[in-house]
Amino acid sequence: MIREFTCIVCPNGCGITAEVENGELLSLTGAICKRGEAYVRQELTDPRRTISSSVAVRNGELPLASVRLDTAVPKDRIFDVMQEIGTVRLEAPVYIGDVAIENVLGLGSNVIVTKNVERK
Amino acid sequence: MEKREVVIIGGGPAGLAAAVELYKKGIQDVLIVEREKSLGGILRQCIHDGFGLTRFKTTLSGPEYAQRFIDEVQKACIPYITDATVLHVSPDKVVTIASAKGLVKIQAKAVILTMGCRERTRGALGIPGERPAGVFTAGVAQAYMNLYNRMVGKEVVILGSGDIGMIMARRLTLEGAHVQAVFEIQPIPSGLPRNIEQCLNDYGIPLYLSHTITAIHGRERVTGVTISEVDAQMKPIPKTEKEYACDTVILSVGLIPENELSIDAGVPLDARTRGAVVDECFQTEKKGFFAAGNVLHVHDLVDFVSLEAEKLAEGVAEYVQGGRLPECLIELKTDRNINHTVPQKISGQRDVNVTMRVSRKIENCTIVLRQGGEVIAKKAMKKAIPAEMIQIELKKEAIRAEQEIEVSVE
Amino acid sequence: MGEFDILIIGGGVVGSAIARELSRFKLKIGVLEKNLDVCYETSGRNSGVVHGGFAYDTGSLKARLCVEGNQGMGELAKELGFTFKRCGKVLVGKSREDMESLKRTIAQGEKNGAVGLRLIDKEELHRLVPMAVGEFAMFSENSGIVDPFIYTIALAENAAVNGVRYFFNHEVTAITRETEENLWTVTTARGSYRTRWVVNSAGLGCGVIADMLGIKGYHVIGSKGDYIILDRRTGGLLPMPVYPVPSNTYMGIHVTNTTDGNVIIGPNAENVTDFTYYGVPQENMDYLAGSASEIWPCIKKADYIRNYSGILPKWVDENGAIQDFRIEIRPELAPNAVNLVGIESPGLTAAVPIGRMVAGMIREYEKLEENPDFNPRRKGITRFEEQDDEVKTRLIEENPDYGEVICRCEKVTKAEILEAIRNPLGVHTMAGIKYRTRSMMGRCQGGYCQMRIAKMLEEELGIPDTQIRYARENSWLFTGKVREEA
Repeated sequence: MIREFTCIVCPNGCGITAEVENGELLSLTGAICKRGEAYVRQELTDPRRTISSSVAVRNGELPLASVRLDTAVPKDRIFDVMQEIGTVRLEAPVYIGDVAIENVLGLGSNVIVTKNVERK
Repeated sequence: MEKREVVIIGGGPAGLAAAVELYKKGIQDVLIVEREKSLGGILRQCIHDGFGLTRFKTTLSGPEYAQRFIDEVQKACIPYITDATVLHVSPDKVVTIASAKGLVKIQAKAVILTMGCRERTRGALGIPGERPAGVFTAGVAQAYMNLYNRMVGKEVVILGSGDIGMIMARRLTLEGAHVQAVFEIQPIPSGLPRNIEQCLNDYGIPLYLSHTITAIHGRERVTGVTISEVDAQMKPIPKTEKEYACDTVILSVGLIPENELSIDAGVPLDARTRGAVVDECFQTEKKGFFAAGNVLHVHDLVDFVSLEAEKLAEGVAEYVQGGRLPECLIELKTDRNINHTVPQKISGQRDVNVTMRVSRKIENCTIVLRQGGEVIAKKAMKKAIPAEMIQIELKKEAIRAEQEIEVSVE
Repeated sequence: MGEFDILIIGGGVVGSAIARELSRFKLKIGVLEKNLDVCYETSGRNSGVVHGGFAYDTGSLKARLCVEGNQGMGELAKELGFTFKRCGKVLVGKSREDMESLKRTIAQGEKNGAVGLRLIDKEELHRLVPMAVGEFAMFSENSGIVDPFIYTIALAENAAVNGVRYFFNHEVTAITRETEENLWTVTTARGSYRTRWVVNSAGLGCGVIADMLGIKGYHVIGSKGDYIILDRRTGGLLPMPVYPVPSNTYMGIHVTNTTDGNVIIGPNAENVTDFTYYGVPQENMDYLAGSASEIWPCIKKADYIRNYSGILPKWVDENGAIQDFRIEIRPELAPNAVNLVGIESPGLTAAVPIGRMVAGMIREYEKLEENPDFNPRRKGITRFEEQDDEVKTRLIEENPDYGEVICRCEKVTKAEILEAIRNPLGVHTMAGIKYRTRSMMGRCQGGYCQMRIAKMLEEELGIPDTQIRYARENSWLFTGKVREEA
């Protein structure tokens, strides 16, 4: 079976054509670099994504601090992670790299702050 | 009157990178003027990741990417003012700045234009119909959600497949809104393929090409839109109308370099990029005025904005220290497949990174730079699309005489 | 139930001018307006041209009140602090027929009392408007332009400061008369009010209100016109409005400079029965641009900022012929009621003379005592951008909020926005701030400043974000927060 992928690893966004049999990758063309192959293998077995969002900050000069996952989580758990992110309240100041949620839902990924928010 | 060697208008990614690089080159009598409360420009609201892969070899969110430059500015004690708006720049480089502290005029030796860009609006498109609340450009929706903590809607239709529009499709979906579809009037997407994949396909949001909004409904808040298919001339095809009920319309229909101050100062613009005409040092046709980043031409990656501004800083340093830059008499001409190039003219005395966009999707092609029929640089492309900025390295050894360069697609 | 001496129905330019004229007397006056601000319908949706008075039949109210309004506009603008530019206007022609028609127009204008009308040749036309296309033209040196929003707002604010109460979001649903008490009861969705006098200045609603007053039979049609606004960079190419040669009933598609340096193209004229639909169809925009290009070939799509439309209420007879303004008291049908019907163009120019006429008509029925506290003056919001550097410096010294530019396109400062939020009429919509300051009106259409303005409204008024409205009753901007703030 031939399957088409768009690699999301970098902005090149290579269009990859893969030959797949029973979930196994037989061959592929279209990837400029070898990260493309790794991406396709991951997509076939366990597609993962990182996401970005915001958490509420108390007493900050901004109402929100942006956050992101530091490693990808299974794609089908994204909305579960969003639910967790929605419950967090941080106290200003917060800084880039602060961990808002450690090992979110046991998925092996931390939700980290990506914006400095000073105290009001 | 206060004097500065360099005044940088705009503390976004281009302005910050230029300032840091100037500092490294020994130009320290600089002032960055930023109208917002803090430095960072539009990156402050771009909380998604994917920034920095080229410049820092790691993936960062917008605020993190900006902070790396802000930290360098602060570490080097490069002077900057915030909450300060440049009202006017005169052709002889007097910069008038308003802030709560007063009205200040600064005589600069060189002015760096890094004001970024603005979004095209509904009015500029002339989308017919009523004017209810609930129509937002993608960047405005992004600012409301990511900076101001305001949710802009629940049932959403997006017009235009620009990157910010697709990123907002995902952002709205993650925050519980229902994004029904993205409609693009052109036959090809205007944003990057990876954003179609990770922002639309991942969330089951359909993208309809060759479709547009032909009416917006609602007197108070948006109640729906009429969507039509368009023909090859992008004219709506009668009887293809479909109604979508929604409370929000997001527009992601293009960015326009913000050059009102440049025009005031007498800097000539290129009608194709709507940015200044520049040479290889990013000097405009008005001597001592330099431009880089989205004010010069709209980029798709901030990494290239930073790199461009760093390159600009070399030219500014040379100008400030030496007083002049080489004459650039070799013009770059484009065929109909190439929308534009930056720079538009070069001296032939140094290596140049020529950036350009194709005007349509072209597969298995070669982009060729010629002088008098002879090939001086080329790049083979499996697929060239307008959404991706193309860069070609042009070596000075290859450039001959003062003869124009023709850029074409074969 | 509130009691009034006079209730004015409709807070457009005419209603507000009447309110201001009547506030010169000791009267308890209210204005019932169905929208959330003044001039949200016909008064704010037009070309903003102050007409010379030559286009109307001699002897008509339109002619007389327009000429009078034109003559008084300069003084009024000074008194009320709004911008009026007596820039003149040209009507361009090509054919012999055009020439005849312009000669007739001048003759009619002179009979109407308009001055400063003359034919000019091509050379003089091009000296006045280099880009205009025409073989010759009629020049009306007393024609001019105003910002119709600021002009109406100025009248209304001055009325309010002199004691007139404005009730927004008050659409009139019924009017009844208690003959014994000699009082009217005016019912709205938000309560009833009793009043001795009613003034019907309801604009597009004039027919409906006349019916409610018991003055039946007026046939009012809507004439919808669409417009396109161009970027300010086009303003330099158009020092005065350029019109084609008018027909009897329609001025034709023209190009008009605005007091802020933009250019407006329009309007077409289409009879409509729905007085609430303001959408602009694509084919009309193309038609406007094509048609206006014939007299001013400087129209580029890249300069489009926005489109809008307006509807004129026209009183027509049984044959559909457009009638004059009707301003009347019909004691046999509706005592103590002044009925204004078909106040279309030139209503903007004629508003204050109409107001004086209405006051005069009421004075024929009762003696009105002068209000010794009446203050005819209003100071408008000081526009930072229009000042020279010396004044700018002083303004910031006196109030640092003038140094904070909120709207970058129109360079509107925080001080101006705050002053607009604290307006005497108590209007709190985003559009209200826009019309008072020009913020969000520029080429980015609020892309940069609307978030800040929404936040300032919340903070100044102490209301939650979900209460911020764009312009109309349910035009909510936000559906809630992304994250609940704890």
